[in-house]
Order: sequence, then C-alpha cells, then structure tokens
Amino acid sequence: MQSIAIVDYGMGNVRSVQKAIEHVSPDDEVILTDDAELINNADRIVFPGQGAMGACMQALNNHGLVDVIKSCAHEKPFLGICLGLQLLFDHSEENDGTDGLSIISGDVIKFPKNNLKIPHMGWNTVKHTMDHPLWHNIDDNARFYSVHSYYVKESDASIVAGSTNYGIDFTCAIAKDNMFAVQFHPEKSQHDGLQLLTNFVNWKG
Amino acid sequence: MSLAKRIIPCLDVRDGRVVKGVQFVNIKDAGDPVEVAKRYDDEGADEITFLDITASHEGRDTTIHMVESIAEQVFIPLTVGGGIRKAQDVRVMLNAGADKVAVNSAAISNPDLINQLCERFGSQCIVIAIDAKKVSDSPLKWEIFTHGGRNTTGIDAVEWAVKMTQGDKGAGEVLLTSMDCDGVKTGFDLDLTRAVSDAVDVPVIASGGVGNLEHLSEGVLQGGADAVLAASIFHFGEYTVAEAKEAMQKNGIEVRL
Repeated sequence: MQSIAIVDYGMGNVRSVQKAIEHVSPDDEVILTDDAELINNADRIVFPGQGAMGACMQALNNHGLVDVIKSCAHEKPFLGICLGLQLLFDHSEENDGTDGLSIISGDVIKFPKNNLKIPHMGWNTVKHTMDHPLWHNIDDNARFYSVHSYYVKESDASIVAGSTNYGIDFTCAIAKDNMFAVQFHPEKSQHDGLQLLTNFVNWKG
Repeated sequence: MSLAKRIIPCLDVRDGRVVKGVQFVNIKDAGDPVEVAKRYDDEGADEITFLDITASHEGRDTTIHMVESIAEQVFIPLTVGGGIRKAQDVRVMLNAGADKVAVNSAAISNPDLINQLCERFGSQCIVIAIDAKKVSDSPLKWEIFTHGGRNTTGIDAVEWAVKMTQGDKGAGEVLLTSMDCDGVKTGFDLDLTRAVSDAVDVPVIASGGVGNLEHLSEGVLQGGADAVLAASIFHFGEYTVAEAKEAMQKNGIEVRL
C-alpha cells in the first residue's frame, strides 16, 4: 500500500479530487492534508488548486507549505492540477501580478479576448505533444474538462506534454522528471480523466 | 477541433426525488437522483445540474447526502443550486462534492453576495442563476422574477446578467431560465438567450422550454448559448443524451461524443 497526499490549503474543491483518487486507488491511503510532515512522508503528491493565483499563493504561505511543495516537486511522483499547474511557474498576470513558486520557468498569461467567452469552460481536446506514461490508454485529442481564464507559457518547449486550442494554441500539460501537471481537471473528465489518475498512481515518476 | 458545446441534464429535486412540473405545478416523479445522475453520466452528459426545490431544513440534509452520493459515482462536473444564501451554504455543497454552486434569489436581496462568494471560492465555481420573464415585445425586454415566476423584481434581466458577471469577482457562468418557456416544451426564448449571451463575457447555459432535439441546436445556433440544459425530455425516456448529441452534431455543432 502506498500513501497519496492531496495538498489541501483551503483553495477550491479538493473533495472531487479526493473522491476520484479513492475511486481509482481503493487500496491506497489517500490523505487530504495541509500538514507539511504528512506531505513530506507521502509516496505521491497531488497538488490541486482553484480560484485566484494571488489567494492561492497567500494560502500556501499561510499554511507554511511553500518549502515542502518545492522539495516534493523534485523528489517523488507529483501531479499538479489547474492552479496546481500555474503555481509551479515564475509569475502570473493575475491579481495585478503574482509571483509563483518558480519550480518551472515561465509565465501565466490571460487569454486574449478574441470574442471568446472567458473562462475557457468545458470539454476541449488535448493533443499529446510527447509520449508519456500518463497518456497511457488515452487517445490523442481526447476531451478533458477545463475551467480557467489564464494559461501557462513555458520558457523550455521540451517540457510541453499536451496542448489545447482556444482561440490560440496553449500548453495544457507539462512533464519534467517526476513532475506532471495539467490545466484541465482529470477528476471531472469521466473515463479519460480517471485513466490519467490511474496512470499517475501507477507511475514510477 | 475546439471547445465542445455542453449538454446538461437538470435534476429538479424535491424531498429526495427528481420531479418535473409544468411551470412549477402538476409535479411528476422522475426517480431517484443518484440513479438518474448515473444514467445521464453513462449516456454522455457533459455536466449535471442538481436544483434543490425542497423548502424544509430536513430536506436540505437529504440533499447534501445525495450530492455526496452522486459525487462518489459520477466524475463529471456537478452544479448544485436552490436555497444557496450565504458562504456557509456554498462551503457545505463544495465539501459534499459539488463543483459549482448556483445562486439565484439571494443575489437579488444581497447584490454584493456574488462578489463575496467569488472572492472566497473563486469565480470558476459560482454560477449566477437568472429566472427571467418577458415584460415587453417592443422593445424586447425581460425582468427578473422570483418565487417560481410569481413575484417581479423590476430588475432588467440583461443588465443584471452583466452586473453579476463583470470584473474579477463576477460569477463565472450564467444559468439563464426563461420562466415563460419553462416546462412548456416549445423551445428556448431565443431572443433572451441571444441578448444575454451577447452582453456577457462568460459562458451562458440556456434553460427552459426544450421539447425536442432541434430546440437544443437552436439554443446554440440562434441563441448563442455555450451550453443547453434540459430536464423532462431526458427524464421520461423521450430522448437519450447520446441522441441529443448526435442531433446537434448533424447540425454542425461541436460536441463531445
């Protein structure tokens, strides 16, 4: 049995993430926690996040979780979801400019208006831009559910694992060593989403 | 290939049962909410909306358990509405497994509520639900009504939709119901849908009036809706969600199959 820690710093609906992980991994210990020690001792980390980037950074600081996130992101299988992808970057345009965790080099940018509805909300296609164990048994261009107004722009194109088009092509998944992070919500993306979570809990990292 | 238009079956739940009536009267039973939600998930629904029309506090606890039960078995977005008045109500529903919470009449009595909720929980999970009724044909004009369409507020529906969604702390989505069309099965109020969809920057869900599959396509193509919501055409076995998607695709609309 392995332990999977879902980082709960009070931002957004982490219950959905917990229910989905428990569903795909019924024999593992799934912990919803803001305890740095429990996170540090877990075998795998899921790092979700919803709402605004400024509030998320504030909450991570208030819960004393910045250091443990930074170390875990380099040490064990680590899955970022939604804001949990954006927070890994250097800087976001949101909230008049917010610094992120600077684990990944790059910025978080607001979608251009282009007569499109913002937030980008709903089921869009995800194009695989690299082979990766987390795409196992998931078709190229399968649809995943997203809801976001900002997207990530990485400095290093070699970490892009998936892209989506919404007026522009943007990066919706990145992969680097033991890290994988997605803009969409696998916990809300039915069969393909559950497959991605299954791939994560089985991933060597 | 880009963003798909969404089909959202709606469960109106009273005292633990899915019900549907014509303009809130002649209520018919349509089954157990958890079973119904699972069926729609299997058929390919893009989201599920759960509207609690129970008045009592005991009923409220039943609703929370049902939301928990649905969220454990259905891994698509779940919106819960009905009786949401304050931050604690939102917190309880999100903890039960809802992904979005719809706020309706409480936003009218406290116009700052939406901003407060979005600041705390994020715009992505706050939906402004608007029940509108036509008050003039020329010029076209709709106003917000409460209490199942019986009480007028005098608030212009299009202006209200803009006000509730603008800025960083506005609602992330509009659930727009025509009280004139709800339950009548003659199609959406397309003028209303188009007026609101053109006026706001966020996605709009058209609701009220679907009686056949062509109505769903009209909501998107003529109304400009990003998502279409229907209840009775799915509840009583007239059509499946899968059939609805095929029909929309035939009309050139991008859907998730």
